Amino acid sequence: MEQKTNISIETDNLSLWYGKFQALYDVSSRISQNKITALIGPSGCGKTTLLRCFNRMNERFANVHINGEVKITGKNIYDPDVSLIELRKAVGMVFQRPNPMPLSIYDNVAFGLRIHTQAGRINRAQEAEAVEKALQEVFLFDQVKDHLKKRGTDLLLEQQQKLCIARLLPLKPSILLMDEPCSALDAEATEAVEDLLRTLKEKFTIVIVTHNMAQARRISDESIYMLKGQLIEHSRTAELFLTPKDKRTEEYIEGRYG
Amino acid sequence: MNNHQPEISSALFTATVFTRKKQRMQRIVGIVFGIMAVAILIPLFVLVTYLIIRAWPSLTWDFLTDVPKNGMRGGGIWPALVGTIYTVTFSLLIAVPIGVMAGIYLNEYAKDSWFTRIVNMAVVNLAGVPSIVHALFGVGAFVLFAGMGKSIISASFTLAIMTLPVIIVSTTEALASVPRPFRTACWNVGASKWQTIRTIVLPNSISGILTGVILQVCRAAGETAPIMFTGAVFFKYVQRGDFFPYHLNEQCMALSYHLHTISTQVPGVPEPMLYATAVVLLGFVLIFNSFAIVLRVYMRNRKKW
Repeated sequence: MEQKTNISIETDNLSLWYGKFQALYDVSSRISQNKITALIGPSGCGKTTLLRCFNRMNERFANVHINGEVKITGKNIYDPDVSLIELRKAVGMVFQRPNPMPLSIYDNVAFGLRIHTQAGRINRAQEAEAVEKALQEVFLFDQVKDHLKKRGTDLLLEQQQKLCIARLLPLKPSILLMDEPCSALDAEATEAVEDLLRTLKEKFTIVIVTHNMAQARRISDESIYMLKGQLIEHSRTAELFLTPKDKRTEEYIEGRYG
Repeated sequence: MNNHQPEISSALFTATVFTRKKQRMQRIVGIVFGIMAVAILIPLFVLVTYLIIRAWPSLTWDFLTDVPKNGMRGGGIWPALVGTIYTVTFSLLIAVPIGVMAGIYLNEYAKDSWFTRIVNMAVVNLAGVPSIVHALFGVGAFVLFAGMGKSIISASFTLAIMTLPVIIVSTTEALASVPRPFRTACWNVGASKWQTIRTIVLPNSISGILTGVILQVCRAAGETAPIMFTGAVFFKYVQRGDFFPYHLNEQCMALSYHLHTISTQVPGVPEPMLYATAVVLLGFVLIFNSFAIVLRVYMRNRKKW
């Protein structure tokens, strides 16, 4: 990359197997800080798998075997001394279907703080302040401030998704991973979430998996095109969509497959 | 050679012969299955009504709170009622913590391995063991080997072993019914497994767990065999209305065993008394069952996702 940017996530010859099936082949990538990077590619190309490598979510599913390194701010997160709890604090994830916890709106946002704070270290006022700040950052506070006791699961889908983003913020993560965060939302809600992502990138590195190429074009600064577990092309979004270097990228973008 | 030419109805969208046949079959199936559903209500209804009618002369408040008199041919069932409450309570105190913790382990912590498969298989098989076998095991293990003698504590341990499998199974099922996205949500803010279980999984599965436990209350109260050799006694002198008549290392009377003795061992017990004892036992079970149902409905309405 021409201009000097800080690298937030770096993968080095990353390969991944689900049992005998290899899902990622030698993926090497550098994801820049405070940018939105979109992972695009047809279904089954490994983009979600790659995303999950960044906070080690894959390990919860099936028997996963990994080769290579994922460095986050220079530290290989697959080192034995890495605590998943600390890692996930720093690398938050938002899912396809909004998954607020079956708690009140307030408790949803306070949840992270509570589980990471020893009893008595934080008082009510600090907690309330952090919750308010997080909800404000996702532009949700004004809509819900009068019923913070309402269940998070009762909100509109768009609000639920914003709540899911908000609950990561009090932990002061550096990276937000988004697994098709808008695919359950209608057009208007999608726009609202996209606007939110644009403001959030000033504070966080955002990696977003999306099926929607128009969305990738709209919001991302850089794009990674993947196919069959391989990283085919990684460049600035404008370049990738206008002047793709690889034939396969070009064909995908033109809609010949995928 | 294509024989799958669909039969064409003469007028547009009218039923063909084959369609009418299908509709007829559907109606018949609906009716037959409906009858079966009603059929299971009839025995329960008949049983309860019959018991209550036959028991009516004896069904008084005194019958509940009085002690047996005239060599079990008169008086009430207080000692047996209290004894059942004792054995059920203590068996639950033993079985619930073990069962719930084992269930949590199996569903939340254990990975699929030969060990968990063996444990699961053991649980299922244990659930199928006849109660008389549990009784003999209780005699061997608790009464004789552990030296507890025939006592409430032996009987409670035996009942606990008997109820344990179902408590474990209902716990694992209740936990498994908590949607996975809730767990992923927790992990993704860095919650540990235990924090996830404590704050999200348990609160949302507690109704299922409690339902399983309550149903086992009924089973523990109703079974005669496991307590017959391990702790139930024919007669024990107890003060009328005394809530704490027994020591744990003593034998006690129990409703199910009491019903067994007065209906088979003691000649000349007035019939209404027999039926009344059965009604009390049945009532005990039905009350707990309906409590389980109410609890389940209440909790289900409370959780929405």
